[in-house]
Amino acid sequence: MPVEPPVVSAQSLDEAYAALAESPHQPVAGGTDLLVQITGELGEPPDRVLDIWGLDELRGIGVEANALVIGALTTYTEIRRSPLVSEFLPALADASATIGAAQIQNRGTLGGNAVNASPAGDTLPILLATDAELVLGSARGERSVPAAEFWPAYRRTARAEDELLLRIRFPLVADRQVRFRKVGTRRAQAISKVMLALAWRGERDEAWTDVRLALGSVAATPIRAARTEAVLEGASPTADTAAAAAAALGEELDPIDDVRSTADYRRAVAARVLHRLIREEGGW
Amino acid sequence: MSYRFFVNGDPVEVEVPGMRRLLDVLREDLGLTGTKEGCGEGECGACSVLLDGAVVDSCLVPVCQVGGTSVRTVEGLAVAGGLNDLQAAFLEAGGAQCGICTPGMLMAAEAYLGAGGSRDEEAIREAIAGNLCRCTGYTKIIDAIALAAEQRRAADPH
Repeated sequence: MPVEPPVVSAQSLDEAYAALAESPHQPVAGGTDLLVQITGELGEPPDRVLDIWGLDELRGIGVEANALVIGALTTYTEIRRSPLVSEFLPALADASATIGAAQIQNRGTLGGNAVNASPAGDTLPILLATDAELVLGSARGERSVPAAEFWPAYRRTARAEDELLLRIRFPLVADRQVRFRKVGTRRAQAISKVMLALAWRGERDEAWTDVRLALGSVAATPIRAARTEAVLEGASPTADTAAAAAAALGEELDPIDDVRSTADYRRAVAARVLHRLIREEGGW
Repeated sequence: MSYRFFVNGDPVEVEVPGMRRLLDVLREDLGLTGTKEGCGEGECGACSVLLDGAVVDSCLVPVCQVGGTSVRTVEGLAVAGGLNDLQAAFLEAGGAQCGICTPGMLMAAEAYLGAGGSRDEEAIREAIAGNLCRCTGYTKIIDAIALAAEQRRAADPH
């Protein structure tokens, strides 16, 4: 059996903050990453665990102050079933539907995806493409970190050791479209080879503005593709635009070879997926 | 720590470390070995059980999160000492070969049917996408679940 580190189950947010302030604890929510970690196959298991699964104040989906706000403990199943997500950010439901299968979607959480900080975290490109803000809390108070600053390096986050991720705010922007695409070995249970989130403002045949292109599994962290965004900014979804953007993305990406894919494949397929997405939007 | 919950309708209390996997509590502490360990990392679904009606991998659930809940395992499917309709459909359609994936398949299928799932093949494939079988090629398993779905619809058209 795996190691069984000591665990404290927090009954309230204050209790959780107090435990984190006193000594380092690894928080556990739905357990889909941590329970693999305690098998010891992925490195050292944590010394102490803080169970936050009972903190219902960190669950739920709402709209407030012109943002879609999702509690950190909200599961992928809850996101897939949410009428609010379906209305305001359907791409997040699309991404959630590609994660694992029912067993994982019933337990895995949006907050867990963010703090686990895998470059293959499927929802993370959407957080980047929508300028989401991650709200952290501790006994010291709350603070908000933009997604663009949340993953500074491989498997690192802006979260301090005494902080918990409380919720994620997705600003609602008029006329914004967001799309998500994922390439994996199979449709379910696959860790991504490449995923891509594209956001822009503008109607179908008009010039796109405020273009955001974010990708996962192609670098040490989820990234924005700034040079490709510049190619798309102000352009309409034509064949010329698609060709130029795909070429720019192929130039811009610098992925690695690993067990799941090769750098060449990732570069080629990311460019191809972007090309196809622009073609679909352009309707040609 | 002591944790109290329900397993297949019966109250249980276990005195175990809170980070023990529900899978190990079921198999080692409660002697319910119907639930199988395959990969131990949430890839194969062999250890699937229902937690308050939702299908989960019991290898990924620490028992400290199970207190107060209701767990259903493959041992809880049988009715009055006999097979339930889903188990009988697996037998009828030839949905089991070596058997290691079968308890998890049954629990994922039970969650699907419990939520009103139909005989639609795509929907059944999605419902069992988290469960690996290396014998059957899935066709007979899908046939079995479709058969059970049809029978439940016929018994309760609403």
